[in-house]
Amino acid sequence: MDIKIALPKGRLLGKTASLLQLADWGMDGYHEKARLYHLKSTAYPNLSAKMFHERDIPIQVAIGNYDLGICGRDWVEELLAKYPSSAVIKVADLGYGAGSLYMLAGLAGTGMSDLRRKAGRSTVRIVSEYANLAESFALKERLSRFSIFPVWGGAEAYPPEHAELALISGGAGTEFLNTGMVPVERVLDFSAYLIANRDSWGSKDLNKVVASICESCEQLPADERVPKEPGMRPEIPLTPERTEDGLIRLALPDGHQQEPMLEILNKAGIDIEDYPSPTGNRRPAIGMEGVAVKVIRPQDMPLQVANGNFDLAITGRDWLTDHRYQFPSSPVKELLDLKSGRVRVVAVISQKLPVDDVADLRAFIGEKAMLFRVASEYVNIADRYARDNHFGRYRVIPTWGATEAFLPDDADLLIENTETGRTIARHHLKIIDTLFESTACIIGSTRIRPGSAKDKKTRFIIEALRAAVEGM
Amino acid sequence: MRVQRCKGARDLSPDEMARFRLIEETFRERCLRWGYQEVRTPTIEYLHLFTSAGTLTPSMLGRVYSFLDWDGWSGERVVLRPDGTIPIARLYIDTMAGEGPARLFYVTNTFIFEETGKKTRERWQCGTELIGVNTPASDAELIVLALEILNNLELKNVTLRLSHAGLIKALLGRLGLSPEEQARVFDRILDGDARALAGLRTDKPELDSVLFPLLSLKGRSSGFLKNLRAISARSLPEFKPHLKSFIDVVSILENLGCKYQIDIASGAGFEYYTGIIFQLYSGREKIGGGGRYDDLIPAMGGGDIPASGFALYIDRLMSLVEPETLKEPVRQSVLVRFKDKDNEEMKEAFGVARSLRDAGYTVELDLGNMETANVRWVLDIRNKAPKYVLRDKVEPRVIEAKTLDEVLAIIEEKSGYQDSLTKGTSSG
Repeated sequence: MDIKIALPKGRLLGKTASLLQLADWGMDGYHEKARLYHLKSTAYPNLSAKMFHERDIPIQVAIGNYDLGICGRDWVEELLAKYPSSAVIKVADLGYGAGSLYMLAGLAGTGMSDLRRKAGRSTVRIVSEYANLAESFALKERLSRFSIFPVWGGAEAYPPEHAELALISGGAGTEFLNTGMVPVERVLDFSAYLIANRDSWGSKDLNKVVASICESCEQLPADERVPKEPGMRPEIPLTPERTEDGLIRLALPDGHQQEPMLEILNKAGIDIEDYPSPTGNRRPAIGMEGVAVKVIRPQDMPLQVANGNFDLAITGRDWLTDHRYQFPSSPVKELLDLKSGRVRVVAVISQKLPVDDVADLRAFIGEKAMLFRVASEYVNIADRYARDNHFGRYRVIPTWGATEAFLPDDADLLIENTETGRTIARHHLKIIDTLFESTACIIGSTRIRPGSAKDKKTRFIIEALRAAVEGM
Repeated sequence: MRVQRCKGARDLSPDEMARFRLIEETFRERCLRWGYQEVRTPTIEYLHLFTSAGTLTPSMLGRVYSFLDWDGWSGERVVLRPDGTIPIARLYIDTMAGEGPARLFYVTNTFIFEETGKKTRERWQCGTELIGVNTPASDAELIVLALEILNNLELKNVTLRLSHAGLIKALLGRLGLSPEEQARVFDRILDGDARALAGLRTDKPELDSVLFPLLSLKGRSSGFLKNLRAISARSLPEFKPHLKSFIDVVSILENLGCKYQIDIASGAGFEYYTGIIFQLYSGREKIGGGGRYDDLIPAMGGGDIPASGFALYIDRLMSLVEPETLKEPVRQSVLVRFKDKDNEEMKEAFGVARSLRDAGYTVELDLGNMETANVRWVLDIRNKAPKYVLRDKVEPRVIEAKTLDEVLAIIEEKSGYQDSLTKGTSSG
């Protein structure tokens, strides 16, 4: 009987690879520089593995694509917080990769009851990659009015101005001192876990594989455990009310878009210090009067601009489109095309499918009467694409990167971005449709009053950047 | 691929709808006679309506159908109505504030996630809210109205259990718990966890001897509460106002001849209750409940307006009622047959059917072999004499007629004695 296991990329990869070595799985392709994500075990001929972003693993195991998985318990609890009946069983605590989730607040203030009172008057904003756990926290603490802002990363950049609370994963509590935030509750302690699909656990013989992991795990040197009480401040800080002072708040992207962005800023004659920042500083200083800069994920920018946390942001048209598909009435618009970072957003299938375009695909799905799975980081674009093309009964599987590894076993279609198409070809996939082209662009709020000081200032910045782009 | 019903969702068959409508019509008829007015609120509300302090317990809120809708960019979640009362309070504040007391009723569905999918996640209830009054008589009015409806539905073994939210809260206040622990235990009691109080003890042994018997005792008269008042007068003075309000209502019920049972620990219901809580059972099945919630409208910013109400659970009542029409299928309707190739016959058939319906009969057109057990009369339309041939299936015979009036006269004569049964099902 075949056994499939989902293995983590990223922070747990090193220790997990050591563990599998101790267990003598003979899974040599599992290492940091792996270019192909499908793996076979030489020790257990019926055991195969695939590498995923850690966050995708509980979902993949729950829906039954994999019998087993290894990932942090934080992501398992994040799934169970919203979907308690998910078919996931926590089999064993593997001990390594330990951390905690902390609810952090921006500024020192009074008590939890004050926050509850504040929630009676205005909205408490909680920002996190763990949106479901953040919601559970808000319900448990009985905040009467709250908004959860799911982010792709960089949650620590938001408080105090742009959120009252942030739910963040970290080690010992002291490291938050540098961010100016204080922990108000340790929400969860976690470490790497071996998890199983409930049906597989009940029907398949996973005994040898599971035993080999559990036995080897004891030989693995355990991480230092986080001390139980890392200097928690039981006081919940209160944030001062938001002020409108004519300050322009600009969001710049982190990640690989930083270099081209820096080039445009330089061309426009705008000085910026510590961007990209080797120390991970998210508040670089900018050489423009009355402008404050924060560095956040481009994926999160449209939502942040819509909510008035930023006046201008530099993101990709792909993320703006995804946001507008989810929220057609959102007060965000594109202000300037920066013409850099050009990618195509495409529909991708396995080369094995006898299908060349969307019409073929629709016919193919109709014939097979299959449940059709679309995997994408762009959940709303993928949903709309499947709907508009009448794919019948379909499911959108949200992913957090490395989406090309999902085909052909764990999804039937991808909506992906690509620059050259090379990665797609390397994974034996083919493009059957181009949805649109995306470049970096400046987005802004539609709610800035024309002729106001803010309006004039944003226009000034946009014109400077326009001149720079046109001169490039 | 077979098209499936959504997990946890339920279809209502014609048989079940007959039961549903019987309950709904009985409920509406009684409410209208008591001067209540029907309202309907939207299926979708903002989530914060229900998260506002003291409306639903965290355990309930963890099971609501909430999501970001097309306007959700601000993070504002919407929810499929998980409860009947809170939207009515919102409606009152929204559109009726300042108009004084209101008697309102509704028939609505509510949505609560249930893990196994074996129980339905969409539930139907009919309820009343009496807003702007806080007298013992108003509490009694609701209880009597609820019992009257159940009586009209001919339900057997209906019992009434009474508790008091103010009393439960005062008891918990005596247990020396922190406010958080107190809230947690209260939530557990309200979520129906009868063991929530089991492990608790006060820091004063002399209180234990009063409190815990009090929680576990059950009584059947206002004398029981008066006894409680006597033993608690000195040691538990904060119980006094709650016991008084409890006794006032119970005395009225006694006076009206209502049977009830007092069970203080059985406060299952919603967190917004402040005064009397009542639960209705048929045998062991809970079929409804209600109570006084004086703090709800103030907490929602609607001003100092007291209110109370109850709801009956239609899904549970449906298996307990027996509509007349379902007891034995009555042959009642008329089946009109014609040759559909003949335009004249068809025109005549549609016309005759209309006239018979106007005269109060249920009439089906025969679209091909549609003779069912319900059909008493089969009427053939012909394009030659005799124009009408009527067959009676109850007293088997065939009658020929020249005019529609003749047909009507025959049906009228034969059906007259069972008029109420023949003339449509809606009178049931």
